[in-house]
Amino acid sequence: MSGGQTTSATPGATTGATTGATTGPLLDGLAAQGRAALVGYLPVGYPSVPGSVQAVRTMIDAGVDVVELGMPYTDPVMDGPVIQRAVDHALRGGTRVRDTLTAVEQVAGRGAPVLVMTYWNLVLRYGVEAYARDLAAAGGAGLITPDLVPDEAEAWIAASDAHGLDRVFLVAPSSTPERLASTVAASRGFVYAASTMGVTGERATVGSRAEQLVADTRAAGAPRVCVGLGVSRPEQAAQVASYADGVIVGSAFVRSLLDVSDEATGLDRLAEVTAALAAGVRSAQRPAGGSVDGSAR
Amino acid sequence: MSGVDSGRPVVPGQEPRLGSLATHVGPYWGDFGGRFVPEALIAALDELDTAYHKALADPAFGAELARLHRTYTGRPSPLTEVPRFAAHVGGGARVFLKREDLNHTGSHKINNVLGQALLVKRLGKSRVIAETGAGQHGVATATAAALLGLECTVYMGEEDTQRQALNVARMRLLGAEVVPVTIGTRTLKDAINEALRDWVANVETTHYLLGTVTGPHPFPEMVRDFHKLIGEEARAQLLGEIGRLPDAVAACVGGGSNAMGIFNAFLDDEGVRLFGFEAGGRGLGPGDHAARFSGGAPGVLHGARSYLLQDEDGQTIPSHSVSAGLDYPSVGPEHSWLHDIGRATYLPVSDAEAMDAFRLLCRTEGIIPAIESAHALAGAIQLGPQVGEWSDEPVVLVNLSGRGDKDVATAARWFGLLDAGDEGEGDR
Repeated sequence: MSGGQTTSATPGATTGATTGATTGPLLDGLAAQGRAALVGYLPVGYPSVPGSVQAVRTMIDAGVDVVELGMPYTDPVMDGPVIQRAVDHALRGGTRVRDTLTAVEQVAGRGAPVLVMTYWNLVLRYGVEAYARDLAAAGGAGLITPDLVPDEAEAWIAASDAHGLDRVFLVAPSSTPERLASTVAASRGFVYAASTMGVTGERATVGSRAEQLVADTRAAGAPRVCVGLGVSRPEQAAQVASYADGVIVGSAFVRSLLDVSDEATGLDRLAEVTAALAAGVRSAQRPAGGSVDGSAR
Repeated sequence: MSGVDSGRPVVPGQEPRLGSLATHVGPYWGDFGGRFVPEALIAALDELDTAYHKALADPAFGAELARLHRTYTGRPSPLTEVPRFAAHVGGGARVFLKREDLNHTGSHKINNVLGQALLVKRLGKSRVIAETGAGQHGVATATAAALLGLECTVYMGEEDTQRQALNVARMRLLGAEVVPVTIGTRTLKDAINEALRDWVANVETTHYLLGTVTGPHPFPEMVRDFHKLIGEEARAQLLGEIGRLPDAVAACVGGGSNAMGIFNAFLDDEGVRLFGFEAGGRGLGPGDHAARFSGGAPGVLHGARSYLLQDEDGQTIPSHSVSAGLDYPSVGPEHSWLHDIGRATYLPVSDAEAMDAFRLLCRTEGIIPAIESAHALAGAIQLGPQVGEWSDEPVVLVNLSGRGDKDVATAARWFGLLDAGDEGEGDR
């Protein structure tokens, strides 16, 4: 394990590193401009595999800085009803794990690093080393692993080191100081702070403990902390962007694609929602040239 | 409590071997087990682990649980020899049933539930959630919640609420909220997903009273410990009755809690063969069964690495069984370990074989078993004449994990016992 927060995207710095852009340098660059990143989630295969690729491209063009591409899974215990519906549709449509790698390939290189959000059994079944190799080859930035804590991640830590990939682990309001420290040490790219104790979904307010969790995670050594769960509106995005390095949005994007008369309408709605959230993120007041706590990167 | 330190008598020639299997603790059994859960749950699992081990060390906890078992559950459960049934097993075997069906609430599930419910009080939490397939665990949880004054929500796949309507009514009578789960395969697997989502959101006030020996550490170890008195009682009862250990122990295996409960006391007795019988369903094609050791491969589901029915991508394959309680695509990690090290043998029993054994026990012994338990009975028959090769006077111990009241409607439809017009959608 690397001991943490280096974002080794330098070609050749790791064995067999063929990876595309990782998230650390991008987040640092945005911080230097005085703003947080908008991280957008969409699942592969909704409404179809090509349709999801088009949706991600739309989202990037409309202002998303980092893409979180979900691998559809039969048993998504961290996801709420909106994402479950889309994922269920994707699976019934025959979406496969290898479609995710194809999708990564097709959206990488458009200016937004592409992280894959995946439940662990899919990677385990593919083969941890093989998945890391193929994700890096496809230009992916790394993985977000909602049901894999660092304690169980020995193989992934080794493979992500070997292929220069980000490994985004989660922290939660219930995380102890010891666990914050160990999770921060194991993470690379950024740490994903779950704003609330709960699953994905839009909420009236972002968890009140999110700001404190970000502060605690920084105190545990994390230079970059992004906040997810419950963010769906521009004013929420602005609020979170005032103290976090990134604002992670999922259900609001997915919802814009649900229940539409045709795909073009869905993409228009997605572009509108993205632009509004991106504007929200950009409207947040924070100091340029460093992190919100004033430390230089 | 009796499950912690059995103090069981050592039988000459059956001394425990070094490196006891019976006392192995989590989080790992070989390559299996672990904690594959969201970070939000880790603190609660650590808290539970600490509270559990503190309780084990506290004589007051053991005494309270033992008192409840004696005065409320009705333990020890009897051991019943079933000679008319044994005639169909063959090989000259004597067959004994461990009568967990006679426990309060009608199954072995109450053993674990009372233990965990006492822990909930120690944890200072006020609400329990549970998942249930056949309803036995849900009924047991609703019972314990009523007994100890806890709020209770039970998640149950919509399909299971229909085939186990009687148990849904029982849970509601006991004051529990029953939530039908309408997503996914609408069975036990999806009920667990929903319970996990609830737990993530409400972990500060809520304990997930997991019903079997799977899930993240410490559940597999803790649930086993709350159930191992099944085997300890049976072992002592057999030694008292016939002065020797059985040649084989048979139990059905869904998640695997009743099987682990009866296996544990014999794990270090190398002469005792252990058999787990899984749901072979309609056949061993994908989606037709829940035989993880016949059609599965190691993978992660619901917090633990274990054998799992999955496709080549790692997506969970829906399982099938005539028994809602065995209709689960994974299995407790300790079973996977026992399978891989060869200590226990796991075999599939088809729906039809189980239902034949169900009827046979009804008609030969006047006992209506749970369809889950009927898989163990069918397994004993499947072992057949070979039991005669193991011993001159072979003895087979079968765990009758539950009673069949809840399954009467299913059985009536299966055997065509309803009058025309009464028959709903068949299970066949």
